[in-house]
Amino acid sequence: MKLGIMVSEGPFTHQASDTAYLFTKAALEKGHEIVRVFFYHDGVNNANKSADPPSDDRNLVSLWSDLASQHGIELVVCVAAAMRRGINDELLAAGFKISGLGQLVEAGIIGDKLVTFGD
Amino acid sequence: MADFEDDEFEGPVKKFMYVNRKGPYGTVYALEGLEVVLITAAFDQDVSMVFIDDGVFQIKKDQETSGINMKNFSPTYRALEGYEVEKVYVEKESLEDRGLNVDDLVIPAEVLSSIEIADLMDGQDIIVSF
Repeated sequence: MKLGIMVSEGPFTHQASDTAYLFTKAALEKGHEIVRVFFYHDGVNNANKSADPPSDDRNLVSLWSDLASQHGIELVVCVAAAMRRGINDELLAAGFKISGLGQLVEAGIIGDKLVTFGD
Repeated sequence: MADFEDDEFEGPVKKFMYVNRKGPYGTVYALEGLEVVLITAAFDQDVSMVFIDDGVFQIKKDQETSGINMKNFSPTYRALEGYEVEKVYVEKESLEDRGLNVDDLVIPAEVLSSIEIADLMDGQDIIVSF
């Protein structure tokens, strides 16, 4: 199945990002195709490479980067939401890119399902 | 607002429903959600919007926001018609619980019961809740 993923909450504060990550990883391991992971609202903070949690905590930013490099999936951060929150190209972790909301809509059109994570 | 050339996209038309559940201020979901609706319409998709729970306050007339340091973005909902977003629904129970009726709204909306809205949801390809 072709899946689009939308992440609407920031890492570390809210479970949505962790659940989205684990879901995406499990879907890939089951052989599903991930059209794209789109980060919106505070979800754009998943792309901030300055994140530096304590060493005994999971680092979601680097987990996403690793997933992208292992599976070649697209991690797209909404430009308008990112600008509001100070996320720019210099702050982007490996595997992320900034683009427009059209990428979210397109993921919905191309995918068999769009799965959203947030409140 | 659009970050792409919508005339470059050629693909299938899907039924997108956006469910607005939160008040217009207090969190950013309503404002950023509205941007997604407008972009989806620019992709020539079959878009509908539903307002339930405190989401009905998003389209209430006469919003006065100067005291909370927020821009009143309710006039933007009137742009929906220009984007050919004409399927706008409001849940009857949510309106009544808040002492509102259709005359209190900034845009024309069809009032439906929660059961009727559930039926509409059944027919969608994609539902995103903000």
